[in-house]
Amino acid sequence: MKDAMTAVTKMTYREAIRSALREALRTDSRVFLMGEDVGRYGGAFAVSHGLLEEFGPERIRDTPLSESAFVGAGIGAALGGMRPIVEVMTVNFSLLALDQVVNNAAALRHMSGGQFSVPLVVRMATGGARQMAAQHSHTLEGWYAHIPGIKVLTPATVPDAKFMLLAALREPDPVFIFEHATLYSMEGETDDSAPPLDFTKAAVRRQGSEVSLITYGALLWKTLEAADELKKAGIDAEVIDLRCLRPLDIETILSSVSKTHRAVVIDEAWRTGSFAAEVSAQIMEGAFDDLDAPVARVCSAEVPMPYAKHLEDATLPQVSTIVEAAKRLF
Amino acid sequence: MVNLEADLTPGESYTQPTREHALELLHGMLRIRRFEEKAAEVYSLGKIRGFLHLYIGEEAVAVGAMQAIGPDDAVVATYREHGHALTRGIPASVLMAEMYGKVTGCSRGHGGSMHFFDASRRFYGGYAIVGGGIPIAVGLALADKMLNQRRVTACFFGDGAVAEGEFHESMNLAALWKLPVLFLCENNLYAMGTALERYQSQTDISLKARSYNVTSMAVDGMDVLASERAARQAAETVRETGAPFLLEFRTYRFRAHSMSDPDLYRTKEEIEKWKQRDPISTFEHRLRDRGLLTDSDLSRIESEVALEITEAVEFAEAGEFEPVEDLLNDVCTPRPVQPNVSGR
Repeated sequence: MKDAMTAVTKMTYREAIRSALREALRTDSRVFLMGEDVGRYGGAFAVSHGLLEEFGPERIRDTPLSESAFVGAGIGAALGGMRPIVEVMTVNFSLLALDQVVNNAAALRHMSGGQFSVPLVVRMATGGARQMAAQHSHTLEGWYAHIPGIKVLTPATVPDAKFMLLAALREPDPVFIFEHATLYSMEGETDDSAPPLDFTKAAVRRQGSEVSLITYGALLWKTLEAADELKKAGIDAEVIDLRCLRPLDIETILSSVSKTHRAVVIDEAWRTGSFAAEVSAQIMEGAFDDLDAPVARVCSAEVPMPYAKHLEDATLPQVSTIVEAAKRLF
Repeated sequence: MVNLEADLTPGESYTQPTREHALELLHGMLRIRRFEEKAAEVYSLGKIRGFLHLYIGEEAVAVGAMQAIGPDDAVVATYREHGHALTRGIPASVLMAEMYGKVTGCSRGHGGSMHFFDASRRFYGGYAIVGGGIPIAVGLALADKMLNQRRVTACFFGDGAVAEGEFHESMNLAALWKLPVLFLCENNLYAMGTALERYQSQTDISLKARSYNVTSMAVDGMDVLASERAARQAAETVRETGAPFLLEFRTYRFRAHSMSDPDLYRTKEEIEKWKQRDPISTFEHRLRDRGLLTDSDLSRIESEVALEITEAVEFAEAGEFEPVEDLLNDVCTPRPVQPNVSGR
């Protein structure tokens, strides 16, 4: 659905990614997509539905279940002059390719003395809340954010899903995009006339003055709900969507915290060693004197994700737990 | 269990090489041998640190195989890649400087012995996670295929890599997608200190390739002429068909796995037996028997090599270290300054 007067289009998160894929495939002959079931099946999350028919099997490549080989082949193809987009079905499966990610994709540029860049884009689904249990639900993008040499994007909105992918394809170095699996059917609007995106900048999704709620990915939506709840309780919360975990836009975080004097970091990963721990440490390092309370964290319970709905709900951060954590700072 | 003495493409059936070419091959092997002897010497002086994996004993493989690889082709190698880098044409000076950790090294001192790179020679690097370079080679060949480049990607790896999943995944993918990769397995019979028959249920590596519909062949990797002939045949097949080929070189490393390996897992007798098949001395004898090599040829080659290596050490010694201020420069490609737009 396109607005006749503007370039604003209503679409789902899934369609936003597909439209970016289509645009990239149409405009750059070096771009191709490969991964498990991206072709004939249409993508495990139906993101690439219809692309095989439109672009053919050379550019929409179904791969064997060989994560290490096809991520490594993506690196090699990028070195060889292509612009591969590799889809890994879920972050849990991506562990089978971590050797290629850490030892090759991330290291090649520095290890070669700057001779080789790897313009590779890897997309994968992440996160829980779909009763997929302990091997399809985890939140491991924080591990990726630990690795120098790559960029880590976590689009939370429909326009970010589209424009982050297009921006990633302009990068000379590897970019990893983590798409929360609960977001694919979410609707939103994209505006093709907007200026080019700098994905390294965090977005203030809601202005507030009394506490900074800092999050990324699908938890943005629970956090915005929590901010509404807090408003009813008389607390004016600011909500920051990190958007990019590496490099981290610490300036936006510190500028918010120096205004609100309180911070809650909300992250779907396990608490110990989570990305929330990194954000919390950087706030402590950069804004200690501005804080009126210790930085709080809302993370997942330290348990392999259970299947039963009530247990899964109890594992994940919820609107109520975010609200409680924020209230405790006052 | 494969009989390693039999079942190989015999070197004797190779067309008699020209004198010029034969001397080139000998020069190439001696260059690697002397370069590595010098590397070991300066290692013991503390000039080189980290891991240093010597190729001594396996020189016929790199020198033979590389005869089949043209300048437009790509090379992917392992952490035991001094011989491949030298044979590919990367100057000994920048390789030595790299091991010295100097900014004048081929990887600015970031890689050391295990990570030689040279973009201008399409030398895509030394990979030190066993098997880790194989998927990269598959991807390079995929790019060539998609860009309609009729080139070959030569991918060296050892027998140890054959136990890695990445070998099997890559064999399958290269065959499935019909990609022009020349897989060059340097079977030196040991994965670090574990003998082939102690870690493989099936020790015939070329048979594993065939199970993925990858054409394969085994050759005596101690024989430079046989290695060259087999590599030319294999590379030609890859160029003609666009499909992968695995060539297994049966070879042996005379030195320990690395400088820190006490080499307790092999007998002296076994090592001595293989040294009787030294690829350099046996080749010298063959050339002398055929009247292709004289004492003066050999001393000329030795003195050329000695000069090159002396100059390489001088170059390495004279080089500067990269300034510490530049430590992070090559982690990411420098980005142009972008407008401060938080986005749509």
